[in-house]
Amino acid sequence: MSGIPAYASLPERAWYYGFRVICAAIFFFLIFPLMVIVPLSFNAVPFFTFTPEMLSFDPSGYSLKWYEDFFTNLNWQGAVWNSIVIAIFSTLISATLGTLAALGLSRSTMPYRTLVMSLLISPMIVPLIISAAGMYFFYSRIGLQGTYIGVILAHAALGTPFVVITVTATLVSFDRNLMRASASLGATPVTTFFKVIVPLIAPGVISGALFAFITSFDEVVVVLFVGSFEQRTIPWQMFSGIREQISPTILAVATLLTLVSMMMLFALELLRRRSERLRGIRTT
Amino acid sequence: MAMADATADDYRDSPGQLVTADGKPLKVALRRALRRQRMISLALAAPLLVFVLVSFIMPIADMLFRSVENEIVADILPRTVTALDGWDETAGELPGEDVYAALVQDLKVAKENRTNTQVGQRLNYEKSGMSSLFRGSARKAARMTEGPYRPAMIEAHKAWGEVETWQTIKLFAPEYTIGYFISAIDAKRTADGGLEFLPEEKAIYGTLFVRTMMMSVAITVMTLLLGFPIAYMISTASTKTGNLLLILVLLPFWTSLLVRTTSWIALLQQQGVINDALVFIGLVSESGRLELIHNATGSVIAMTHILLPFMVLPLYSVMKTIPPSYMRAATSLGAHPWLAFWKVYFPGTVPGIGAGAILVFILAIGYYITPELVGGTSGTFISNRIAYNISTSLNWGLAAALGCILLGIVVIFFVLYEKIVGIDNMKLG
Amino acid sequence: MKSLRTVTYVAAAAIGFAATAGTASAETNLVVVSWGGAYSASQQNAYHDPYMANNPAVKIVNDDSANEAVAKLRAMNEAGNVTWDLVDVVAADAIRLCDEGLAEPIDHDAVLAKAPDGTPASKDFGNLIVSECFIPQIVYSTTFGYRTDLVKEKPASVCDVFDLAKIPGKRALEKNPINNMEWALICDGVKPDQVYDVLGTDAGVERALAKLGTIKDDVVWWTRGAQTPQLLADGEVVIGSTYNGRLFSVIEEEKQPIAMLWDWQVFDLDGWIIPKGTKNKQAVLDYLKFATDTQRLADQAKYISYGPARKSSAPLVGKHAELGIDMAPHMPTDPKNAKTTLLYNYEFWADHRDDIDERFQAWLLQ
Repeated sequence: MSGIPAYASLPERAWYYGFRVICAAIFFFLIFPLMVIVPLSFNAVPFFTFTPEMLSFDPSGYSLKWYEDFFTNLNWQGAVWNSIVIAIFSTLISATLGTLAALGLSRSTMPYRTLVMSLLISPMIVPLIISAAGMYFFYSRIGLQGTYIGVILAHAALGTPFVVITVTATLVSFDRNLMRASASLGATPVTTFFKVIVPLIAPGVISGALFAFITSFDEVVVVLFVGSFEQRTIPWQMFSGIREQISPTILAVATLLTLVSMMMLFALELLRRRSERLRGIRTT
Repeated sequence: MAMADATADDYRDSPGQLVTADGKPLKVALRRALRRQRMISLALAAPLLVFVLVSFIMPIADMLFRSVENEIVADILPRTVTALDGWDETAGELPGEDVYAALVQDLKVAKENRTNTQVGQRLNYEKSGMSSLFRGSARKAARMTEGPYRPAMIEAHKAWGEVETWQTIKLFAPEYTIGYFISAIDAKRTADGGLEFLPEEKAIYGTLFVRTMMMSVAITVMTLLLGFPIAYMISTASTKTGNLLLILVLLPFWTSLLVRTTSWIALLQQQGVINDALVFIGLVSESGRLELIHNATGSVIAMTHILLPFMVLPLYSVMKTIPPSYMRAATSLGAHPWLAFWKVYFPGTVPGIGAGAILVFILAIGYYITPELVGGTSGTFISNRIAYNISTSLNWGLAAALGCILLGIVVIFFVLYEKIVGIDNMKLG
Repeated sequence: MKSLRTVTYVAAAAIGFAATAGTASAETNLVVVSWGGAYSASQQNAYHDPYMANNPAVKIVNDDSANEAVAKLRAMNEAGNVTWDLVDVVAADAIRLCDEGLAEPIDHDAVLAKAPDGTPASKDFGNLIVSECFIPQIVYSTTFGYRTDLVKEKPASVCDVFDLAKIPGKRALEKNPINNMEWALICDGVKPDQVYDVLGTDAGVERALAKLGTIKDDVVWWTRGAQTPQLLADGEVVIGSTYNGRLFSVIEEEKQPIAMLWDWQVFDLDGWIIPKGTKNKQAVLDYLKFATDTQRLADQAKYISYGPARKSSAPLVGKHAELGIDMAPHMPTDPKNAKTTLLYNYEFWADHRDDIDERFQAWLLQ
């Protein structure tokens, strides 16, 4: 689609531009909902729509009070802490176990590969409500319902498929000759692991960990069931806020969360480039 | 392989057999080495496998179990259940004095342990009135000291003089029941063991499953219609533009589900941004504001937006591999661009369409949060009903049964996905 | 590996945080579960704050999960890990929790304060003690509010909700058969004292649904008490049912153009239960004795228009804490408001709720 040839006929031209307009509209549909909440979160009145003052850029139509509410309200502050602590611990578990498993799965000698892989990525496929219901019932039986450990274990389970998939993907293009070269040069398997394998799969591990982190950070269904008020996370607080009483504080939180995801995306993009460079894949 | 069963000795005698330096046949040595390698591979995956089994698979197995578990009746009314063994529920006659005596004994114990209402509540799912029957009767039974118990119990509550009450107890006495599954398909068990489907206007779960499937199909089709053009655009653009456009797809993908749902509430409300804009430009009148939310429309719009990246990404990864020269070749050979597209390009994208469609469909049928917040009554999914049964109507057995059916549907489509795409080819971002 | 080190630091910091959170200090944290919003605020003002001022060693933590109280308590009980200390529930749930052994039975006279004149608590609360585990707090009602500026003619009876000609526009009803079925039958000509006899039959259920069916396309169904006030204030509905205290807030405190329609309001009770297995039973009992005494119950009525459950509190109900208006005329129990009333029928709904709810939900789907 690089430019339109000079000899293109009228219908061809019409289609060329028409197609671009359609695509632009679809991209608008994708992005606009994320952008619209940003100005609305600075609304001076507790409504979800643009006031005349806002549209005429009158400063009195804007206010930071919803952000102030977010940063001073103890419920929200507790939720931020919980979200971070739960996400960090569950990411540590899923990144460690997931990387080990990916190393095993990517070996050609792995037995029952499809079955094991299916089991390992099942937390990603099973509908969340079923995971949540199952965990709710089971964790109740074993005394983990309403505990931090319960929520962390549940989130770790939900995060592992992402680590397994990203690390396996890194290892698919991994040149095993590098390991043989390292061994033939006298390195022990341990040295090879730390000096050769780790640097090469690190980008995959980190991006998998980022996925796992954001999975836990955004997750709401499981935490609603497995957790209780004590373990309330940001999404927990948002969900009950939307159901109870919609205040623009939720829009302020949403704006901040969008910023977080933009940063995550940026970090991932850097990692992807670094990984490709390390593995000698040229971006074309 | 029969060869595999042969021992090392079998080979030693056969001349011309390759052996290793220490005299072992090469095949055996290789097999051993291979087995060791397999063990190492498995050992690496084992910790996660164990973790996922314990923290995830076991809960789901436990839920499957809960959907058939029915120990409560036999646990709380052990004597009654045993005594009822000898009663013919189809004869239309009340059980004998022994059953009533057993019941009084059971109720006395149950009253002591505060379990009488639990069994009442369990049976109330099957027959209305059981809850108060057990609550009230236990109190009266606790005061009874001597028989005959039959007239005394019928005096305590007239329901004890009805055959139907006893039929229900006997029907749900076994430790395992498919009763919850029968409720989940909008049916009832009759006393003689047959099945009776509820009339259409009383059916709820069938309607909900059908609706969940239909809306998921609608969402899948919508994401395909919107995803195809932009995936095509990204895959044919220059690297730089393509990367930029890809980020526009990935950004929503990375943004919290609740954030996106909140935005749609702000946009779609009657007093929201879209309606305000339509009123402002005069397309709709102030009183004729559109109902875009708290109905099926709201669910479909919001979920199409949320699931669109899951369609675009697989489509894009397939389209990237189709060389643009194919289309050029077709047109230069005289094919109309449309024909070239349809006959040459489109067939190449089918694997991507398959992958994206199944993925979106699987994700859509299990959705809970978005329909809960924007779906109203006409836009809710089966998941919402499962959650309702867990936290509001407290019928956990039914919730588990519905969950099992939903899981079964998802597994079927996942196997399909595995066959068509292969889980190894699942990519993220 | 710089990044690895950073991860280690963050993890160490998190462990440190978790550790300090675990060993907070010697103070007692009481987790009190309630309904959130204006209701929790009134409890905070009337009970929690004064109690914490007198008892600095006790910290009251609010948990707004009363909607899921029964389900959560069951799960906690199965888990053997009860993290709640006091739960605010409606009477029907209190009966259910008590029946299931999930709530502690209470000796009301031994545990609760006497009335100022020495009347024992059980007499002061009277027949509002509907379960041995239940400590009544308020009498509330479910009733209607309407937009005074959006209706042409003021509704005079609950049956106007069913009259699309008289009141055109959207109406908000609870997504639940309770109350809606009763109103539908009354407006379909059933004598009020026969409502439950009729509703106990299949034909009666169908009759009520048929009546509701006449307005079904114009109903917005709510699930949380705060939704109707919001829908009314936004103009998304013109009339809607909710709890009377929520309507009071939106009318008197937020000055929205909304008025009350008290006709056939349904009374219900709300109060405390102590979950079985709480780790702070002594502290909770001490708090309860304070929070349910005559003065405290009367104080709550300064913040929200629910009637105090003690007879001795009624004369003490005064003016709203901030607005200075007399609260008595806003109480559901005020004779002017209580001309036609229903009382929530606990026995009937305990038996028929599962069944009628199934039918109601199936009807909603069509």
